[in-house]
Amino acid sequence: MGGSFLELAGISKRYGGVRALEDVSFACEQSSIHAVLGENGAGKSTLIKIVAGVVRPDTGTMTLEGQPVRFDGPIAANKAGIVCIFQELSLMPDLSVADNICIADPPRRFGLIDQRAQRRRAEELLARVGCADVNPLQRVRNLPLSRRQMVEIAKALGQNPKLLILDEATSALTGADVEKVYRILEQLRRDGLAILYISHRMHEIEQLADTWSVFRNGQHIETFARGARSADEVVQLMIGREITQVFPPKPPKASDSRPMLEVSGLSWVDRLAHISFAVHAGEIVGLGGLDGQGQRELLLALFGVLRGVEGSIRVAGQPVAVTGPSGAKAKGVDMALIPEDRKTEGLMLPMSIGDNLGMAALGSLTRGIFVDESRERAAIEAMVEKLKIKIGAVDDPVATLSGGNQQKVVIGKWLMTEPRIILLNDPTRGIDVGTKQELYQLLRDLAAAGAAILFYTTDYDELIGCCDRVLILYDGAIVTTLEGDDLTETRIVAASLNLAAGEPGATDRQAGGH
Amino acid sequence: MSDLRIRLVQSLGLILAIGLFLLFYLIYNFNHPRGFSSQILIQNANESFVLVMVGMAQTVPALVGGLDLSVGAVMTMINTLASYLLVGWPLQILGGIVICLATAALAGFVNGCLVVYGRIQPIIVTLATGAVYMGIALFLRPTPGGKVDGDFSWAMTNDLFELAATYGFAGDGDAAWFRPFAWLPLPLILMVLVVLLVWLPFKNSVTGRGVYAVGSAEGAAYMSGVRVDRCKIAAFTMAGLFAGFAGLYLTLQTSSGNADVPQAGAYTLNSIAAVVIGGTSLMGGSGGAVGSLFGALVIRSISFNFRIFDVDPLLQPLIEGIVLLGAVSIGAARIFRVRNKLELFG
Amino acid sequence: MTALGMTAHVQSAFSGRESRPILIACACIVVILIVGTIYTLWAHGTASFLSPRYLMQQLQVGAFLGLVAAGMMLVILLGHIDLSVPWTIAAAAMMATAVGGPLALPVGLGLGVAVGLVNGLGVAYLRVPSMIFTLGVNAVLRGLMVMHTGGFAPQTHSTPLMEFLAVGHILGIPMALFVWILVSILIVVMLRRTPLGRYIYAVGNREAAAYLSGVNTRLVLISAFVLCSTLAALAGVLLAGYSTKAYQGMGDAYLLPSIAAVVIGGTNILGGQGRYTGTVVGTILIVLLTSVLSIMQMPEAGRQIIYGTVIIAMLLAYGRRDRVTS
Repeated sequence: MGGSFLELAGISKRYGGVRALEDVSFACEQSSIHAVLGENGAGKSTLIKIVAGVVRPDTGTMTLEGQPVRFDGPIAANKAGIVCIFQELSLMPDLSVADNICIADPPRRFGLIDQRAQRRRAEELLARVGCADVNPLQRVRNLPLSRRQMVEIAKALGQNPKLLILDEATSALTGADVEKVYRILEQLRRDGLAILYISHRMHEIEQLADTWSVFRNGQHIETFARGARSADEVVQLMIGREITQVFPPKPPKASDSRPMLEVSGLSWVDRLAHISFAVHAGEIVGLGGLDGQGQRELLLALFGVLRGVEGSIRVAGQPVAVTGPSGAKAKGVDMALIPEDRKTEGLMLPMSIGDNLGMAALGSLTRGIFVDESRERAAIEAMVEKLKIKIGAVDDPVATLSGGNQQKVVIGKWLMTEPRIILLNDPTRGIDVGTKQELYQLLRDLAAAGAAILFYTTDYDELIGCCDRVLILYDGAIVTTLEGDDLTETRIVAASLNLAAGEPGATDRQAGGH
Repeated sequence: MSDLRIRLVQSLGLILAIGLFLLFYLIYNFNHPRGFSSQILIQNANESFVLVMVGMAQTVPALVGGLDLSVGAVMTMINTLASYLLVGWPLQILGGIVICLATAALAGFVNGCLVVYGRIQPIIVTLATGAVYMGIALFLRPTPGGKVDGDFSWAMTNDLFELAATYGFAGDGDAAWFRPFAWLPLPLILMVLVVLLVWLPFKNSVTGRGVYAVGSAEGAAYMSGVRVDRCKIAAFTMAGLFAGFAGLYLTLQTSSGNADVPQAGAYTLNSIAAVVIGGTSLMGGSGGAVGSLFGALVIRSISFNFRIFDVDPLLQPLIEGIVLLGAVSIGAARIFRVRNKLELFG
Repeated sequence: MTALGMTAHVQSAFSGRESRPILIACACIVVILIVGTIYTLWAHGTASFLSPRYLMQQLQVGAFLGLVAAGMMLVILLGHIDLSVPWTIAAAAMMATAVGGPLALPVGLGLGVAVGLVNGLGVAYLRVPSMIFTLGVNAVLRGLMVMHTGGFAPQTHSTPLMEFLAVGHILGIPMALFVWILVSILIVVMLRRTPLGRYIYAVGNREAAAYLSGVNTRLVLISAFVLCSTLAALAGVLLAGYSTKAYQGMGDAYLLPSIAAVVIGGTNILGGQGRYTGTVVGTILIVLLTSVLSIMQMPEAGRQIIYGTVIIAMLLAYGRRDRVTS
């Protein structure tokens, strides 16, 4: 049988004690959009990095067009025609669009960069991705995120790839831009490219990909053509077990408990517009809507991180003015915020697990001016136990933990302050299914113990499964509140698009949601 | 958005620096008791050249996000070296210049290699190598001394007329076609030449742009195929080269080599100030040597003003200090516009 | 929950990786002692380099650098730097001698506190890069002192207390060394046992995460700068006691060695990592190195070269940073 365009055989890769890929054999063809599915930790990222030349496998071989290849860096892979668009953009914010697009191999004249030719090339590529309105001289830093991702795609096309890899490349795109990308990919397939596509969005993959591969726990499970397996079967392949009840049961609505958190008329520049709502003790309220409608800003505003916020906040009936995180965590307000990016906002990675866990509550674990170490140690061990954080020793750097356990440390840090109001900013992003389950149960338990929880997530299933009520934001304002029987995916999507509820023809296919 | 508008917005820092310079220099000129004359211009240019060069030297490591604390020491080392070499036949002098510049570039290259292959932070590397280069300078000239070809130093530190007169072309400077240019001070011309022949070609080369890329986002630059190591080493080598220009000119100016430790330190610190005033970000990725050129000129213009306003010499260091503090705090204005406090953290 | 467990926790921020530089530095000190002893044996026939009296004298001189380095370490742990130390030292000395009497010491220290507050406000509130801001503050202090002294060396004398602290001995041990030891104990206790110490490491590691955890990062920054300037001022006052007078530029020789001492001691210049023990070892190393070179009557040229080479060699030996790939 003739060889495939790209073939991997016996590939293994290990990071420390963790097996990222184990004896993987994988093939992909030209003129095909080949989706790679799997949970976080399944090995997709590592696979892609190996193909793109960013990391080298411990064992195994890679063959491209029948020739064995071995890349010692992304530059080598690019030369062989493999171009990868990563999740973390590879753009330099302070350089212009034209500079970024032509960074690797610019047109030259007398040994120096030919600015005019470079600009022409950038304009061509920008037109090709439907972004002719972007001025090539503009600094990337000044472009909105969606445009930046389009520039990234233009840059990739400019390298004349034979194999194009997209790793969650549409996550930041607006709806219109996503359509453009679909069209480009379909055109590239017709042109004969091989395309590897990683995404968590089922509807995207259903539309685009003709071949699907599922990975689980570092192993290649199966590859099949579009339609050969049902959605349920695919999910089962991904998580490897029967889908049982994913979410803990919701209690019946409590009768008129006092609101723990009342927000009225909250506004901030042009990003938040007169937001008013209340969260009762024992309630989990979700924030939904498309990406970038103000959900993150709302949480930051409540926590005191934004300047120039108007409106008023009451906690347990008392008006409060939160000037910053230290004020938010103080007695009387007792707020906690699980931030968006645990690596840069939630944890001090080189410091120990114990130090990280104790960071927020340290002020109350003192004896005089000294830290009460025995009390601190006891509290830390209790929290590790309660949250079932899988650690080696308390003194290990928190960087050694997996994503899910790191997130548990962030949550544990805040639980040590015994908060009454808990704000969560997309806490389950990049976390494995097992830990997610534990988090859902934890939130329910905390609510049952009397906390008021405000929970932002981009995952519809979580909104529906975890939350008692969901506030849909659009353009910085609450457009709908959904609860009970109204809390369905259709209603969420409709409200996210700010359509009238139940309008027929409201499509489900949108960026920023799932 | 139109091209012009974009370019203007992006050059804001440079425009500000030029504006500051013009402000201080014009105040100086209008108030000068003897009025503006080309003699004054020559003197000003003479006094500014060295600082301009070290300012440009400091810019390139700053663009990759580091700092070079050895620029003053390299300058001094070349100064002492040149005090032995800038004598004899023109060919010997030329050879001496080449040797000096090569040594300077080598010093920078060593810095770059230690940063890249030794994986040590630039500040610390250059702190240590600065001591070594200073030591070499002290070894070359334990006491001030040396000799420089008189004609050459005279020609280089005056105007075009003197250059022509010294070396006998353009009718010893009196030729009619030559007259309109004869007043141009040579240090000024040298500054422009350095920018045109050294800085701009570097900036527009693949390595030069790579320097900006590395300073802006090192990880992204690596992923995009930029040769990060090469660019970093190039950045420090360029710093050495510019410091070499400074050292050479210092020798021509003073006609001697002097391993002056405090002076080296002062020039290093002033070079950082010039970079900041000139609009280059210490985080890397944006700015340029032209900005630092004007930043250095701003610093010099302020001290020129001291002279003519007959400021009590005792007050001068204080005013210099306050101006420096004020200038660098100007960048702080941005924090009042920041709405999301998380953006304040690097 | 054993005592061992508790000490293990106390050591939590200090992994084996952090001990390596300190051990290497100690080894270098031994080498320097050996070299110095060999030289004195060869040149003078006696091992005077190793004599307790000489070593004690070195520690006395080292105390001044040690105080400055201690303060500098706190600021470097935050990922910042304080370039205003030279003229803080000089200004504190000049002000203390100018005022004289019982108020000399408080005035000197008070100046340190004031400078530290200014630095802290500039860095924490105005968010000006610390290198630049403290550079400016240094220039302003110099200007103020030039104005105050008329450009001449100040003629006022240090007070008896200052002289005693700098030069006096108790039980044969120099007072200056006692001061250094006392300050060291306070700093170690602060860094390991108090919340502020923990916060300093946190802010140095990742200020955004510390801020979002409810740490008052501004207060932490200001505290560190105040401590640094106050310790520099203390060093200045003691130096004035040592020389019985203050003089122009007396602090200039302490800036780069203090940074070197901190870095040689294994503290990461980017912040977040480092043990105080390392700073002490680094200080002793530099002081001994300087004295060996001076005993050998090495000319200034040779001293500078050796000084720089030693620092580079040690940093190369400490191991490498990770390559930035993403």
